[in-house]
Amino acid sequence: MLLLKLFFAFIQVGLFSVGGGYAAIPLIQEQIVNIHGLMTMEEFSDLITVAEMTPGPISINSATFVGMRIAGIPGVLICTVGCIIPSFVICLALAHFYYKYRTVSGVQIVLGSLRPAVVALIASAGASILMLGLFQAELPDIVLRDIRIVELIIFAGALVILRKFKVSAIAIIFGSGVVGTVVYTLMGAVG
Amino acid sequence: MKKDYSKLWTLFRSMFVLSACTFGGGFVIVSLMKKKYVGELAWLEEDEMLDVTAITQSAPGPLPVNASVIIGYRIAGIVGSLIAILGTILPPMVIISVISLFYDQFRTNPYIATALQVMRAGVAAVIFDVVINLATNVVKTRRVLYIVMMVIAFVTTYLLDTSAMIIIFACLGIGIADLIVTLKSKRKES
Repeated sequence: MLLLKLFFAFIQVGLFSVGGGYAAIPLIQEQIVNIHGLMTMEEFSDLITVAEMTPGPISINSATFVGMRIAGIPGVLICTVGCIIPSFVICLALAHFYYKYRTVSGVQIVLGSLRPAVVALIASAGASILMLGLFQAELPDIVLRDIRIVELIIFAGALVILRKFKVSAIAIIFGSGVVGTVVYTLMGAVG
Repeated sequence: MKKDYSKLWTLFRSMFVLSACTFGGGFVIVSLMKKKYVGELAWLEEDEMLDVTAITQSAPGPLPVNASVIIGYRIAGIVGSLIAILGTILPPMVIISVISLFYDQFRTNPYIATALQVMRAGVAAVIFDVVINLATNVVKTRRVLYIVMMVIAFVTTYLLDTSAMIIIFACLGIGIADLIVTLKSKRKES
């Protein structure tokens, strides 16, 4: 019964979290904390912290975290499957139509105007993460004096390496994590 | 569309690795997918990857899951979708399950906190690398409409915090208008 409740709660989370990422948080809160009382608000804010610190989409992370806390491994499976069923069905249908009609010239024109928007959206996400990395703050709260030199050098170095050589993105991300942690440890700035 | 089941293992493995290593929101993984599937493996065209991103953004659910459904479908139909989803959701499921057991130690470890903070600089570099390539191609179309749309979309999302959905739907509207204008001018010519 509990598992069934979790399953339907996460189907709703998956179905209504349009716009991805942080759009899912209030929905999960409503389902898990407010409606079903499966978690306290405190546990829920822990969940957000964990979801932010770990890889993977936030709704999958929270489905796993909630499932594990409430019902162990079966809970994890039920919640995650519930969460992705709507995505799966809807995207499969969209993919089907996209590949059927993408070569039609009218569809090409319409899709053409979406591409600049997508480039801008990716750029905007990049700019937000860069600001968070360099200033540990979002745009309105940035103080120029607070710029973190180590991160700035790592960012510039990583970008140069990516542009000049064929290095995998994942090597760059982990490399910068390792280099930065070593530098901060040598500076005595950790802990 | 050809289905290629021989690619299933590569599909699973690449989705698994990308998902395991992607910190931050959905657009981070889109940048990584672009590098992997358009650049390295040459499974998709660049325009196709942008279309897929637009579709994933307008459908409900987590962006990385949506993207893997569509890319998987492109490579090997429904089986491909399922394999790609599995690759994408397994890493967060395993990682979070483990962390939920050691949550307090994880949260308070200063080395983990430092590494996560510094990694943002690396993630930003990867995204900027991808954006430089993509933006160059938009400029190369030499369509003023597209260049202006890109700049306005960036300003409104980044500075004004407009939601991605609104941007996509606004541009969809512009695209339809563009289509109507093109059809009308063609009719005049003929």
